[in-house]
Amino acid sequence: MKTYTFRLGCWMLAVLAAVHCSCSDAGSGKEAGRVTIKYWEKWTGFEADAMRAVVDDFNASQNRIFVEFSSVSQIDRRLMLATAGGVPPDVAGIWGKSLPVYAENNALTPLDRLAAEGGVRRDQYIDIFCQICSYRGHLWALPTTPSSLALVWNKKLFREAGLDPEHPPQSLAELDQFNDKLVKRRPDGSLAAVGFLPAEPGWWNEIWGWWFGGELWDGRNAITANSPENVAAFQWIESYPRRFGVHDLLAFRDGFGNFASPQNPFFTGRVAMVLQGPWIYNFIKNFAPPDFEWGVAPFPSVDPARFQNITQVEADVLVIPAGAKHPKEAFEFIKYVNSQKPMEKLCLGQRKFSPLRECSAEFFQKHPNPHIGEFLALAKSPNARFVPQLTVWSLYSNDMTQAFGRVWTEKAPAGESLDEVQKHVQQAFDRQQKRWEQISEKLTKEWDKP
Amino acid sequence: MTNGDKHNLRLGLLFISPWILGFLALCVYPLLSSLFYSMCDYSVLSPAVFVGAQNYRDMFTDAIFWKSVYNTIFFAAFAIPLGLVMSLFLAILLNFDLPGKGIFRTVFFLPSLVPMVCLAVLWQWMLNGDLGLVNNTLNPAFGAVNALFGTHLAPPNWLQEAAYAKWGIIFTGLWGVGHAVVIYLAGLQGVPRHLYESAEIDGANFWHKTWHITLPVLSPVIYFNTIMGLIGSFQVFAVPYVMTGGGDGPERSLLFMATYLYQNAFDYWNMGYACAIGVALFLLILALTYAATKLSEHHIHYEGK
Repeated sequence: MKTYTFRLGCWMLAVLAAVHCSCSDAGSGKEAGRVTIKYWEKWTGFEADAMRAVVDDFNASQNRIFVEFSSVSQIDRRLMLATAGGVPPDVAGIWGKSLPVYAENNALTPLDRLAAEGGVRRDQYIDIFCQICSYRGHLWALPTTPSSLALVWNKKLFREAGLDPEHPPQSLAELDQFNDKLVKRRPDGSLAAVGFLPAEPGWWNEIWGWWFGGELWDGRNAITANSPENVAAFQWIESYPRRFGVHDLLAFRDGFGNFASPQNPFFTGRVAMVLQGPWIYNFIKNFAPPDFEWGVAPFPSVDPARFQNITQVEADVLVIPAGAKHPKEAFEFIKYVNSQKPMEKLCLGQRKFSPLRECSAEFFQKHPNPHIGEFLALAKSPNARFVPQLTVWSLYSNDMTQAFGRVWTEKAPAGESLDEVQKHVQQAFDRQQKRWEQISEKLTKEWDKP
Repeated sequence: MTNGDKHNLRLGLLFISPWILGFLALCVYPLLSSLFYSMCDYSVLSPAVFVGAQNYRDMFTDAIFWKSVYNTIFFAAFAIPLGLVMSLFLAILLNFDLPGKGIFRTVFFLPSLVPMVCLAVLWQWMLNGDLGLVNNTLNPAFGAVNALFGTHLAPPNWLQEAAYAKWGIIFTGLWGVGHAVVIYLAGLQGVPRHLYESAEIDGANFWHKTWHITLPVLSPVIYFNTIMGLIGSFQVFAVPYVMTGGGDGPERSLLFMATYLYQNAFDYWNMGYACAIGVALFLLILALTYAATKLSEHHIHYEGK
């Protein structure tokens, strides 16, 4: 009996060991003699293909480093857990807005020294992208593909409504006037089409105050969610349910199809103007009717004399997580992506514009998006902004979306809903600030280490 | 303990050792460590700093946390009894000796095989305010009422209106009663036929038999399903998370305790606070399970006792 039990135990151990080996072996042993660096990227589909082509070029260009590219879903969470577990990738592609929270949690390698040694200079980039990649005086990332937001309008609907299809609204007041002309109702009174809805697609509920001259943060200690400008913006939001009726608006929006489908309300002509980024070109090409005519212009502000060319700029960025095994080789690759030719190849592949100052004429000739120049010009505008670099941004953004929803459904007036955001976010931010005071000395020392 | 007993004990322990190891590593350790981290300022990436009861104090003043508690209790308070009655009712119907009962049993069980995420996406469209099947079915009824009384009533935009959103999720949950139905059916097979026969001789009708025989004999099964429903309802996460695209729903009406825990852990990097919410959820479920056990003590009839 005893020998039998012993043997059984041995078998169990053997099976466990085999399972362990087969798991840990997977993926290693590629390209012997070269340093393999792991690169996690959030993109899928054609965007991932564009980066894969650049990675292939890099791998073919030299024989010292081999980049292993993986498309990873929910990258924010995976990167956080992998870094905490001590097995991060060498390079990760995340969003610029995530940098503060990663940096402050000591999850990234500062790139200042690597960039200086590698000859990467700030003046190579359009200003705002350097700002996005820096936090608390250090450089944490280099950009890949950027975007900016603009008003995109359906020219055919403008023509049908008796508007000049080549003349987009120049102010918010004009946008509202156009809206009135573009509204269509069904015989039963329900909405069939509108000119513009701030809730469509509802991806940027936080930033409406910018077009009213407002800010979300004073850059130091104060959250400014309920500043008079932000309240004015939310009062403008409030005017929509008042004009169209809450129930009608909700039912109307509920009938919209998926963004990435031919039922996208912008493509079906149910909404004539939207706030969108350069990627809209891909969706128009894939899902809009073949005769879809569209224009791109700066989204109008409340006072065009004072606030012009306001936009939100975002950037995908490449970082080296803290604890990466081959930071030098990783930076070598990041630097390669940030040189002009590969960057143009990537941005062309993803139908975006380049974050680099220098851009070849060929890039624009080859670019399929006829309006890419307008998006680029907006990114260069002195009034281009990016979301505040706050570690509590995720919470702030969620709170603003809730506040927007309450105003949209007439559950609370603009001022009251923003007061609540202000109180909640300021509280969370104060706590983070206190924490920062406790850890800043130790962290900055670590970051400044040569 | 004789030598033989000791040997058997060792052997027994050896055989269940994979389970014990798994239980210790995957259940006990996370349970205890989350208890510890609930008293820390912890973001997963930087070392945890002990802050005592700070997270619990914050919890008491956090209006959003209380909203999530309210939502969770509201959901459980309606989802559990509704699920219970519905599944028991279906089980009793499916227990009738009718031709094709196998087909009916399969049909009612099938929806519970649909994965949570698919279920959520499917019902997202069913409950769509403009194009949804649910409102399409309700529309004629509302039309008739409006025509009769000259009112302007319309079916709700289920997932867009705070007042109806939770009801949408509760109805969605009813799709998953199949598992409970199967357990009830098994229980119903175990009801001794002679009890029904003697009751029939005494002139009992269907309701008498259900009330005085079926339900008492089924009581341990009902108890089991209630506890499972209680635990499941308090942990509700996947369906509202998918339906709201990871958000909180209109006016945070679909923010449940598990969602808020997840947000704090992975969106806001407050793992310490998330652990505290986890502990609160654990204590809540523990207390309610204990209460359910105590309250039902005298109403459960065990065949073997």
